[in-house]
Amino acid sequence: MGKTIAEKIFDSHQVDEPFSGTRVIRLDAVFCHEITTPTAITDLMARGKDRVFDPSKIKAVIDHVSPAKDSKTAEQGKVLRDWARRHGIKDFFDIGRNGVCHAIFPEKGFVRPGYTIIMGDSHTCTHGAFGAFAAGVGTTDLEVGILKGVCAFKPPKTMKFVLSGKLPDGVYAKDVILFIIGNIGVNGATNMIMEFTGPVIDAMGMDSRMTLCNMAIEAGATCGICNPDMITVDYLWPFIRDEFASKQEACAAYGAVASDAEAQYEKIHEFDVSGLEPMMTFDYRPDNVKPVRELAGAPVDQVYIGSCTNGRLEDLRIAATVLKGHKIHDSVRGILSPATPLIYRQAHDEGLIKIFMDAGFCVTNPTCGACLGMSNGVLAPGEVCASTTNRNFYGRMGKGGMVHLMSPATAAATAVAGSIINSALYKGGK
Amino acid sequence: MKTFGGKVLFLDRADINTDEIIPAKYLTEITKEAMKPNLLEDLKLAGFDRQRDIAGKRVVVTRENFGCGSSREHAPWAFEVNDITAVIAPSFARIFRQNMYNCGMLALELPAATIDHLFAACAGKETTMAIDVGTGVIQVEAAGFSDTIAFSLQGFDAALVQAGGWVEYADSHY
Repeated sequence: MGKTIAEKIFDSHQVDEPFSGTRVIRLDAVFCHEITTPTAITDLMARGKDRVFDPSKIKAVIDHVSPAKDSKTAEQGKVLRDWARRHGIKDFFDIGRNGVCHAIFPEKGFVRPGYTIIMGDSHTCTHGAFGAFAAGVGTTDLEVGILKGVCAFKPPKTMKFVLSGKLPDGVYAKDVILFIIGNIGVNGATNMIMEFTGPVIDAMGMDSRMTLCNMAIEAGATCGICNPDMITVDYLWPFIRDEFASKQEACAAYGAVASDAEAQYEKIHEFDVSGLEPMMTFDYRPDNVKPVRELAGAPVDQVYIGSCTNGRLEDLRIAATVLKGHKIHDSVRGILSPATPLIYRQAHDEGLIKIFMDAGFCVTNPTCGACLGMSNGVLAPGEVCASTTNRNFYGRMGKGGMVHLMSPATAAATAVAGSIINSALYKGGK
Repeated sequence: MKTFGGKVLFLDRADINTDEIIPAKYLTEITKEAMKPNLLEDLKLAGFDRQRDIAGKRVVVTRENFGCGSSREHAPWAFEVNDITAVIAPSFARIFRQNMYNCGMLALELPAATIDHLFAACAGKETTMAIDVGTGVIQVEAAGFSDTIAFSLQGFDAALVQAGGWVEYADSHY
């Protein structure tokens, strides 16, 4: 009988099965940020266990509130910074070198096919785009991960998505994942892994695959996952070139971890995306999804482009294509947060930052801030934000605010129009 | 081991998320106690009054997929500092559920029909639950209503509750 990629990863990492239905697995990496890690650190210190299992496998970043906005967030940064120094954690990214965790860690080559990764952040599922098992966990799981390098999970059950056809112009990975979440619901994949396959995935770059896997948690999934292929190898090549004689050899080696053809799935969903339209959310649940066309004309106060979902170079390129030659509407505040310094620099070098600034966008440093209403773009009560982020919960970007989730293309077009609009209307620019 | 049971808070809505339980702006607090006044601050539920409804409660009974969204363990902590150590629902989001047990608290699944019955019979009345994790029995009492409900606490969940949480368990096993 065949195995899924998740089953293969669990089998190769299992250290214990203390009870039926509980598998303790060895971790290849533990990722940390300044919001959920300091409480783990202070608890370990209080227990007299201020140790780390392997400093080379722990990666840390200050990203949620950067620069610190007040004394409390400055203290959180300090706890993480001091801890990283104390334990010789070399891969620690402070301001100037920091980026949104789920963008900067893959960019540094820390995510490899077959890896097991946890982080105290629900969007850790993003890293499944590389064929890794990566799960968001709470502070206690993180604490044990830091101390022991293990984490407990239920045996992996996988829901397979076969995406066929060809994405129409103006329709992107974000539209696909919003459509899927709208289809299966916020509870649709709870306790399961969402495996994305098919010709649409085969043709997607890593940035798009990360967008897709990033929002698996919004359907309740433990992890989103894509099988590794030559596109994965191309992305990772600068980091793995000493490990393999050729890209073909790397692709073959990583292919061994991919799901077998005869693997068993809990459920298989098949979607043809050829007729898919740009999608967006309404109301306060990520499964409240409609075509952009049906909500067109609704005014917005702020447009936010960034986050671990859509703050990567591909996203900025798409948004810039829409914005080029246009000014954003007088009534709209436009905010761009490139997700990492490298993305920021590349966007600058390609002339994308100029396009955003000419259009009237404010360009911030890389940070998660606005997405969860922490800093750099918090809404006032009653305000509406067209956003490329991942959650539209009530109060998410600020108490009493409304968030509409959408693709960078739709967000950029909406910024120009001042109200919700399908980016197709702006195709090609002026 | 923590203690479980007491007065019940009914939250009649599915998919209550962790941003509603404790908004992100409070994740900068250094102590758990600091979050005590902010539990369920952004809950969208008609008729719910935080000041009136939370005080004195020790158990939450609610609907499907409770605790979806963020991984923040601040959600279980916000309940813990309000002395609520058990949440009962037909189903939970994975991370929230694990966080509860990792803290030595209960996230008990009961059949949807049982939860429906509890809401129909008890919601709006002062209700108490005695929860015995040793025998797996919940004794429910409300005006004109009394019921005994069996639950199953086994394996890893039971071990974490007994150990007082995952750090203690993992440190003695791995």
